[in-house]
Parts: sequence; C-alpha cells; structure tokens
Amino acid sequence: MTAVKESDPYAPTEFRPKKVGFGRWVREHLVTFFGILGLLYLFAPIFVVIVFSFNKPKGLFNYTFTEFSFDAWTGVCDVPGMCDSLWLSIRIAFFSTLAATILGTIAAFALVRHKFRGRGFANILIFVPMATPEVVVGSSLLVLFVNMGVPLGQLTIWIAHTMFCLSFVIVTVKARLVGLDPRLEQAAQDLYANRVQTFFRITFPLIMPGVVAAAMLSFSLSFDDFIITNFNSGSEVTFPMFVWGTSKKALPPQINVIGTAMLLIALFVVIVGRAIGKRRAR
Amino acid sequence: MTAADLNTGTGGLKIRGLHKHYGTFTAVDGIDLDVPEGSFFALLGPSGCGKTTTLRMVAGLEEPTAGEIMIGGKDISRQRPYQRPVNTVFQSYALFPHMTIFENVAFGLRRRKVDGVDAKVKEMLDLVEMGHLAHRKPTQLSGGQQQRIAVVRALVNKPKVLLLDEPLGALDLKLRRQMQLELKRIQTEVGITFIHVTHDQEEAMTMADTIAVLNKGKVEQMGAPVDLYENPRTAFVAGFLGQTNLLTAKVVGTSGDVLTTDFHGIKITMPVSRMAATTQEVEVGVRPEKIHIAELGEAPVGRNVVDGVIIDASFIGVSTQYVIRTLADAEEEITVFTQNSSTSLRRVGETVSAYWHPDHTFGLHEGAWQEAEAAEVAS
Ligand SMILES: Nc1ncnc2c1ncn2[C@@H]1O[C@H](COP(=O)(O)OP(=O)(O)OP(=O)(O)O)[C@@H](O)[C@H]1O
Ligand SMILES: [Mg+2]
Repeated sequence: MTAVKESDPYAPTEFRPKKVGFGRWVREHLVTFFGILGLLYLFAPIFVVIVFSFNKPKGLFNYTFTEFSFDAWTGVCDVPGMCDSLWLSIRIAFFSTLAATILGTIAAFALVRHKFRGRGFANILIFVPMATPEVVVGSSLLVLFVNMGVPLGQLTIWIAHTMFCLSFVIVTVKARLVGLDPRLEQAAQDLYANRVQTFFRITFPLIMPGVVAAAMLSFSLSFDDFIITNFNSGSEVTFPMFVWGTSKKALPPQINVIGTAMLLIALFVVIVGRAIGKRRAR
Repeated sequence: MTAADLNTGTGGLKIRGLHKHYGTFTAVDGIDLDVPEGSFFALLGPSGCGKTTTLRMVAGLEEPTAGEIMIGGKDISRQRPYQRPVNTVFQSYALFPHMTIFENVAFGLRRRKVDGVDAKVKEMLDLVEMGHLAHRKPTQLSGGQQQRIAVVRALVNKPKVLLLDEPLGALDLKLRRQMQLELKRIQTEVGITFIHVTHDQEEAMTMADTIAVLNKGKVEQMGAPVDLYENPRTAFVAGFLGQTNLLTAKVVGTSGDVLTTDFHGIKITMPVSRMAATTQEVEVGVRPEKIHIAELGEAPVGRNVVDGVIIDASFIGVSTQYVIRTLADAEEEITVFTQNSSTSLRRVGETVSAYWHPDHTFGLHEGAWQEAEAAEVAS
C-alpha cells in the first residue's frame, strides 16, 4: 500500500491508517463503477438490437433467442414492403435535411448578422416548434394541409419534416456563427477577397462543423419521426410507420438488421468526422 | 484598372475632415492628416480616442460619416475594402485558423491572381525568419510568431499603406521592445508607408518619423517626436508625452523673438514661437530633465531661474528626482531629474536655485496643468 501512497502527490498529509479490503476498493472505484453502470443503461437496448439481428426466430415474433444465423442479414428485403418503406424514409430524410440545412443556415445568418426590428423576438420564436408537443404539430399541420387542399403524401411528409428540422438547424448553426470572429471576414476582405470569396473561403469553412452537425441531426430526426409523419403521410408508409404497423402481426429480425446497420453507419460517420476534425485542427 | 495594378505607383495618405458618428456619439471629430509616402507614422492617443475607428475607415471596414480619404491623390473613401491598396494588421492578428501559415500569407496574392505566389510568400517568410514554420497552423505559433505572420500576410501584397492597429499590444514588454525594432527594420527595408496605432507614447516616439496625437476624436498636435516632446502645443500633449512642470504666470510683453512672462515677480522668458496661448494669463512649462540645480543665487545669467526648497529627493540609480517647492508660491512645485554624473547629492530642506535655458520653455493656456495631469494619468 505504501507504493500507492507515494505515487499520489495530492494525498492528505495527516497520517491515516489505510484499511485494506473490499470497502476501500469499492470507494476507490466508485466513479468507474457508476460510469460503467451508466454506459450499460445506455447500451443494453442497443446490445439487444444487435444480438437479435442474428436470431432465427421460430414463429413471427423475434422475442426469444433461438438460433444464431445470418438469414436476416442476407435476406433483408425478404419482408414484404419493408425495404420500400426504408427507401422512402431515406429519401425523405435526405431531402428534408437538404432543405432544412440550406434554409436554416441562411436564417441563422439573418438572425446573427442583420440587425432588424424584432430580432430578439424572432430568436425566441425559433424555440417554439421545438417545445411544442409533436402531436400538436402533427395534427395542426394536418388541419393546415386539408384546408389548403394539399394532397397528403410524400410532399406533405417532406414539408412537415423540413419544418421541424429547421429550428434545430438554426439553433446549431447560430451557435457556431456567434462564435465566429467577424474580424476574420474583415481580414479576408482587406486581403482582396470579395464577398463571395470571403464567404466560401473563410465563413463557410469555419462554420462547416456546425452545418454538418445540423445536417446529421436533421437526418436522424427525420428518419425516425413517427408521430408527425403519421398525421400527414396519407397512404405513404415510412420505415418507423412500417415497424409500428407490422409489430401487431409480426416482428421479423430484419428490423433489427436495419437498426444495427443504421447504428454502424452513424458510428462510422462520427468516427470519420472526428478524424477529419483532428486533421483540420493540426 | 485591374486589382493587380492597384498596388503599384506612388502616393502618400491624405485625410480631410474625417468624421464618424455612432448615433449621437462622435467617435472621430474632423481629422486632417498628411502622411508622406514611405514614412513611419504613428497615431497616438488614450483608449477610446478614435484610433481604431480612423484606421478602419482608411481600410474601408467602417463607413465615414463625412470626409475624404485620399491615397496618391485619389479619393478611396467610397471603395470597398478589397478594392483599396491598403492592408491591415489587426490587433488580434485575425489569422485564418483553418489555413496553414503559408496559405494565410498567400491569401491576398491568390485573390489578386498574382504570379509567383510561392516565391513571394517564401521571400516574405524568410524576411521574418519563419520559413520553417510555413506548414503549421496559426494556433501552433507563439504570440510573437503570430504577430510576425500577421505583418507579413499584409506586407506581401505590397500595399501603398500598411495599417497596424496596436500590433504589439498583446505581447509582453521584452518581446514588444524587440518587435518594435524589427517592425522598424522591416519598414526601412520595404519602404512602405506604415500607419501605426498605439497608446504607448514610448513606442510611438521610438518608432515613428511623425506622430499625430489624438484626443477625443481630434488631432491635438502632429509632428516629429522631438518637436512634440520639446514643444507641446496643448496641455494634453504635454501631459501625454512624459512628465512636465507647469507654472501659472502672466505675459508681460514681447521684444523681438523673446516673450517675457512674470511668475510672482520672477521673469521667465521663452521664444515667441513656443507660446501656444494668446491670453495674458498663461502657464509656462519645462520638462524635468531640462532643469539644473545650483546653490541659491548662483544660477548662470541668461537662464530662467526659480528659487525653492527641496522637499523630496529620490535616488533612482542613473538619476535623482527632486521636488522643489518655489519660494514665490508655496502652491507650486517643480520636479527636476538630474543625471548622477556628480556625486554631490542635494538634501531635503536645502534652499536652491533651479534654472533652465529659455529655449526649453514652452507656454500653454491657463488651467493647462489640470488637463496635463489628466493626460499623464491616461498615458
Ligand atoms: N460600433 C460602435 N458603436 C458605438 N460606438 C462605438 C463603436 N465603435 C467604437 N465606438 C466608440 O467610439 C470611440 C472610439 O473607439 P475606438 O475603437 O476608435 O477607440 P481606440 O482609440 O481604438 O481605443 P483603444 O485604444 O481602446 O483601442 C469609443 O468611445 C467607442 O466606444
Ligand atoms: Mg483600438
């Protein structure tokens, strides 16, 4: 035990006989212990998703692990309708991310860079869509679409998703823009860059991490939205709606395969993003 | 005219009636400046006097409320920043964090599509002995290195005028002294007009050919450092540039070049040209190091002499600072700096004669001592 004491420069100076034993071990590792507990709490459901993607359930419901197999992975699209709904969800997520990111970035610029009457109020209004319960947003949008005579379908899903992603994009990009020193842009202009060049060579590269984060957030928000979509989809079936619909009749392991695949893709994107971030910071 | 030939040709900077208002607040209040080509010009003044605002208007980053800014006889005050043959070294350096040092320096050249970017950048980096750091990012440099890069990034464009906004403010004292010399060397080497903003009077005096002292958005006085120091025309300049003694006196007359004032019956004379006030009540000034001390009544003839009692003496190694209370007016005190070339130190309580050459005397308006004291505090 003396070795431990010597290696700890911040140990209390007064002498205290150290108890050797289990209690002391627990005390020393309490933080690690709770850390692991927290991670377990977070990852247990994900772990289940991954494990059950390799299951070959007897019957229609993937509830008990019976046999290890790659069947679900090799035959992802064997479940009728699932891959169509997946493709639809990806398409909608892509286009609403695109629209929300572009619009939201421009709006963030307006809110940070331009002084206009009611700017403070506009900044507060941004948070309203985020704070409103999804059921309320979904049903209100439905009322709006019906009254305007817009036929429900992919278009209305896209409009709805773009709408609720927008707030998140604005808030994320705004935070980045506020932290951007305006003198960098002034320095660029002083060094013969016109406005367009200044934007693409200085402003945009510097707020890029914020824009990318906003886009990733938008994509995942759109991809897994169920409540608002359910109100405004008409006869279209997105992936979350497919899972919900099919779960009453069956729960095939292919759903877990999609879940696991999404997880891996997300992990890959984050790791690549961090690597690029580190390279840029060097 | 293309962007490339913006930066060729000659021309100093000329500013006429420059104003900048922020709402009802006047930050710059009618500035006129003439900066000859190739000179090292300093804008000196206390915090908030409008130095940065003036510089930003020259760079085009701020729009003047009124006034003209001319370079080489051409009014540039309506041009966009990227159209002006002017480059700025920002106080915070404003290096682009996502680019390497090389790309930072090359930025202006690339925008103007100049040929031979690599060679020009390398040459500039070598000028400040930083060629080996070209591939680094700005965050990987020390403060002094960042400062050099900021200067070089602007200089590589060979602007007609280089604007420097307190470029040394963030550096520690030792590095600042070193950079002052280096900036001066670079300026001599490249021969570009430098306009250097600072609130450090010592910095301005060591570096500049010409100084304009700014106060509350106005030019107080402009001239060579020696002239400003030796013959301040306003109380502010007298106080801002070093210590000064001011005695309240009355003008009694002029004969030829000599102006005579009366300080409680004592005649104090000075050249007419060194009197800035036109009233009868004036203040006569003299710098502490211009005054000598002699035994009472033994001052040489032809000098201004004031007798007094030494009330304080502080030995500072190379010099000694005395404070003398005048016999004529117990309210007035004179500070004297003497070189310790002789070993005989004066003692507190001694009655002595303080004397100085009339040519070292200057005259200011009545009540100047209060303004001078305030300026001394601000400097
Ligand atoms: N955008 C602005 N809006 C309102 N007032 C401003 C603005 N910019 C500057 N001022 C005011 O104008 C005055 C001059 O500012 P300026 O930045 O030119 O001072 P300075 O001489 O550079 O001072 P320092 O030595 O502290 O940098 C200050 O009183 C400042 O408060
Ligand atoms: Mg300033």
